[in-house]
Amino acid sequence: MFSALANPARFMAFSRWAAPILALVAAGLIGAGLWLGLNAPPDYQQGDTVKIMFIHVPAAWVAMMAFACLGGASFISLVFRHALADAAARAVAPLGAAFTGVALVTGSLWGRPMWGAWWVWGDARLVSVLVLFLLFLGYLALRASIDDEAKGARAAEILALVGLVNLPIIHYSVQWWNTLHQGESVMRAGGSALAPVYLTPLLLAGAGYSAAFGALWLARIRSEVWRRRATSLALRAALA
Amino acid sequence: MTVLMVLIRRELSLAWARGGGALLAVGFFVAAAVMLPLSLGPAPARLAAVSAGVTWVVLSLASLLSLDRMFERDFDDGALDLLALGPLPLEVVAAVKCLAQWTVSGAPLSIAAPVVAVALGARPEAAPMIFVAAALGGLAFAFLGGTGAALALASRRGGVLIAVIVLPLLTPPVIFGGAAISNFADRLPWITAVSLLAAYALACVALTPFAMAGACRNAQS
Repeated sequence: MFSALANPARFMAFSRWAAPILALVAAGLIGAGLWLGLNAPPDYQQGDTVKIMFIHVPAAWVAMMAFACLGGASFISLVFRHALADAAARAVAPLGAAFTGVALVTGSLWGRPMWGAWWVWGDARLVSVLVLFLLFLGYLALRASIDDEAKGARAAEILALVGLVNLPIIHYSVQWWNTLHQGESVMRAGGSALAPVYLTPLLLAGAGYSAAFGALWLARIRSEVWRRRATSLALRAALA
Repeated sequence: MTVLMVLIRRELSLAWARGGGALLAVGFFVAAAVMLPLSLGPAPARLAAVSAGVTWVVLSLASLLSLDRMFERDFDDGALDLLALGPLPLEVVAAVKCLAQWTVSGAPLSIAAPVVAVALGARPEAAPMIFVAAALGGLAFAFLGGTGAALALASRRGGVLIAVIVLPLLTPPVIFGGAAISNFADRLPWITAVSLLAAYALACVALTPFAMAGACRNAQS
């Protein structure tokens, strides 16, 4: 399926339908997840603030998925010099930054009632998501500052791959640091064993976020392809 | 081999001459460290608590200083094109450049680091450990910084762009180095942190030259 879609014309024909369908699926799943989530009973410890989870946790999942997609698209573009892969990498970076930003902001809003602070440095995941956000920003800054499109694409690809190799190291080093510096920070008690009444809406919202991410990504790749076509048409018109 | 020696000598003398060489980095490092007691107040207990961490942060910032000239000068006057055509692969050239950067700014900084840390209130016994950690961390800073400098080559914007690209990548060495120093100060086991720092620095030395060479070829094309 993947190699078939590498053909830009086939990709455009496919994504023309796939993007709106995915958007509908996303709306349905997120709607169902939020409906179930908001009607779930309040947590015995966290009260109603536990419901922030249904918009926060999926955003963090999608943020990490977006960086993996950025790395994958960059790798394909760097190795096979495929124009569509470069368009995909370019399209996914601002999306990933946005989802990471949503995860950070909602996490901070959740942290205020739960931990009594907007930001807790003792939590490893908070810090590694923040570094992920900075990596996205670095990618966008590098891409934006190079005028030559082909050169900018190559440089950004190399940076994305360096970041992809570094990301697990950053993640584990932050975790390691956290266990060393475990201070007075109040952590959530027993988070892993999630009751089905919370797990179902969380998984629904997660699937919905992923579908929304897919729809937005496809739409952004489409607009990137159109932009390139418009640029080359304008160049051709100027030369004629 | 002689080609390599000539290249090393050239890069060292260029790095030494580039923007004040060692004096610049050490001067920035000491000046930034002086700001700390001025902003936090002179209470020795408070300074001693943050001395290790602040030394490490300022060290990582000081190692960013002369990065923008690392490849740019050679790129502008065409020397990089000649080096790319020469007998040595561009990966080796990039590695030699980073080693020269480390010799000229990382090594003097790692001599200055224990002095600054002790002046801020770290225990004097920690000095050899701080020296080793700073030297290893400087190696990682030089190679990651070189990667950022090579990537920014195509942009003609240098400075701040390199810092924005490189700083998130510096998280692991900052964590390992800071932990090594503060663990030593707290009399906790610190060998793990230093070993992890060494492993990370060596991985940077082994892997980043490929990224740098790719970025240089891209900027030249």
